[in-house]
Amino acid sequence: MIELIEVSKNFNAGRANQFTAVDRVSCSIGLGEVTILKGPSGSGKTTLLTLIGCMARPTSGRILLHGIGKGCLPGSPVDDSIEITSLPERFLTGIRRGTFGFIFQHFNLVHGITVLENVMLPAYPTGESVPELRHRARELLELFSVSRHAAARIEQLSGGEMQRVAIARALINDPAVIIADEPTAHLDSKLSCEFMEIIGGFKGQGKSVLIASHDPIVYDTALADAVIEMRDGRIIGAGTSP
Amino acid sequence: MNRRIERHRNILDFAISSLLRRKGKNLSLLAVYAFIVFIIASIVFFTQALKREATLLLEGAPDLVVQRMVAGRHDPIPITYGDKIAAIRGVSAVSPRLWGYYYDPFTGANFTLVASDDDPPAKESIYIGSGVARIMRLTTGVHWSLRGAKGTPAVFSVQKILPGNSELVASDLIQIREDDFRALFDFPLGRATDLAVVVGNKVEVPTIAAKISRQFPDTRPILKSEMLRTYDSVFDWRGGMVLVILSVAVLSFVLFAWDKATALSAEERKEIGILKSIGWETGDVLLLKSFEGMVISLTAYLVGVSVAYLHVFFFSASLFEHALKGWSVLYPRFGLTPVIDPYQLCVLFFLTVGPYTVATIVPSWLAATVDPDAAMRS
Repeated sequence: MIELIEVSKNFNAGRANQFTAVDRVSCSIGLGEVTILKGPSGSGKTTLLTLIGCMARPTSGRILLHGIGKGCLPGSPVDDSIEITSLPERFLTGIRRGTFGFIFQHFNLVHGITVLENVMLPAYPTGESVPELRHRARELLELFSVSRHAAARIEQLSGGEMQRVAIARALINDPAVIIADEPTAHLDSKLSCEFMEIIGGFKGQGKSVLIASHDPIVYDTALADAVIEMRDGRIIGAGTSP
Repeated sequence: MNRRIERHRNILDFAISSLLRRKGKNLSLLAVYAFIVFIIASIVFFTQALKREATLLLEGAPDLVVQRMVAGRHDPIPITYGDKIAAIRGVSAVSPRLWGYYYDPFTGANFTLVASDDDPPAKESIYIGSGVARIMRLTTGVHWSLRGAKGTPAVFSVQKILPGNSELVASDLIQIREDDFRALFDFPLGRATDLAVVVGNKVEVPTIAAKISRQFPDTRPILKSEMLRTYDSVFDWRGGMVLVILSVAVLSFVLFAWDKATALSAEERKEIGILKSIGWETGDVLLLKSFEGMVISLTAYLVGVSVAYLHVFFFSASLFEHALKGWSVLYPRFGLTPVIDPYQLCVLFFLTVGPYTVATIVPSWLAATVDPDAAMRS
């Protein structure tokens, strides 16, 4: 379980343009479930995702990982909970790399290199051998039906294909939690439905999925175990699938 | 340990792939960088090799040369001085030398004339160096008229052209009989240009020089070590002059490299953000950027030094020979023996590879320390 206790995030503290993106948010996200963060632009969904995904630290509050992130910290017991809010950057990176897989709104793929290299990229610093990595990356590309583009440069792909490559990249380190920020923002309805099918596959494998979206195809899906509605940095409603 | 090595290998592979993605920028940088290393390395190799040649040349030189001075100017020395110097304890041998310069107004060249008792040419014949043969278009058996001191022409037959392997020493040399030398220059009998002194115990050379100075106040003894020092200074000075002239180019390169290395493009900044967001640590990004810097600077260093080696030792430093060799119109043609000074190569390495690598890391470090969530918002 991922537990958030009174988590706040302020930007530009002490300046005239200071604002609170996330305001005293408390909630629990179950493991093996699909959780949707729903809300309009500027409601704090993306900021909350970055805090949970160890990309940024909250200004106040605590975030606890129960039963995930094991082995990412040296000497941590298997069943121990990890409070990620107080960890130094090095450990946060370790948890981010081993526990979370990210799918970005703009895909954030590196241009100029091949599809295969893009998928392998998150695992380079782990020290895994290139042949093993390549094998795993090819399997993932096969799984998402883009293996024929393995040697192509990323900019030669269509939006839907880029999305699939970004998903394959998110899975290269076999993370327990998939975090997706507005994943269908650049996809048409057909591709959005295909994306949700892939999410169903993750759920079937027991992975936790956390999606921030204001697309009805995403937040009205039957796959969602919980929908958290946000506005102005606060949770205004939470419930199970509609 | 294996994972560590693999990590470095993976990041190095990605660094090379990143450099190849920006071929235009990196190849132009590499070309200018390698060119500067090539120029500096050529000068270093060339002056080192010339200094070594000069040292080898002077190994056969006498321990002391005694010249007579009149009013601070060099004047022919009485040969009788030689007998008295030979009597000084510790002196093994004294031999008078006859040599001088001959200026040819048509070619503007200065030739060195030496009268030698060792295998002298026939009467009214000369041996000439290959440089003389080249510039005067002379071959064996041809007659050459030199203008004597009294204005009368003296005709000599070219008996032999000295072998090319002695060109550094003999390029501008004309070897002549003693009596022909005296007749040509109207050089007085009983006098020599200078005296060559051989000393048995080399440690005693300064003491003997001091004794000669005391005994013959009108003379100036020149030690072999002084001649060596002069050669060293001359070649260092020439190398330094070329470097000063090229310093504008070097400075331009430094500014160019600094600009290229320190300015991260928006695309590079975005990439660093992506790498951090997908799980790269700041240290991984720095390793990547330092590998990129090292690949560029190390390649430039190796290419520059290798091309400089070929340029100096296989093509006789054709780009700089006029600045670094000789001072007359008569340039000797000779192949230099390859000499590499590890100390100078190390200095060159640290002055080129080090600063560039550091220059690439600083801006990357600044970019890599931002929170990875910046990529989420891009």
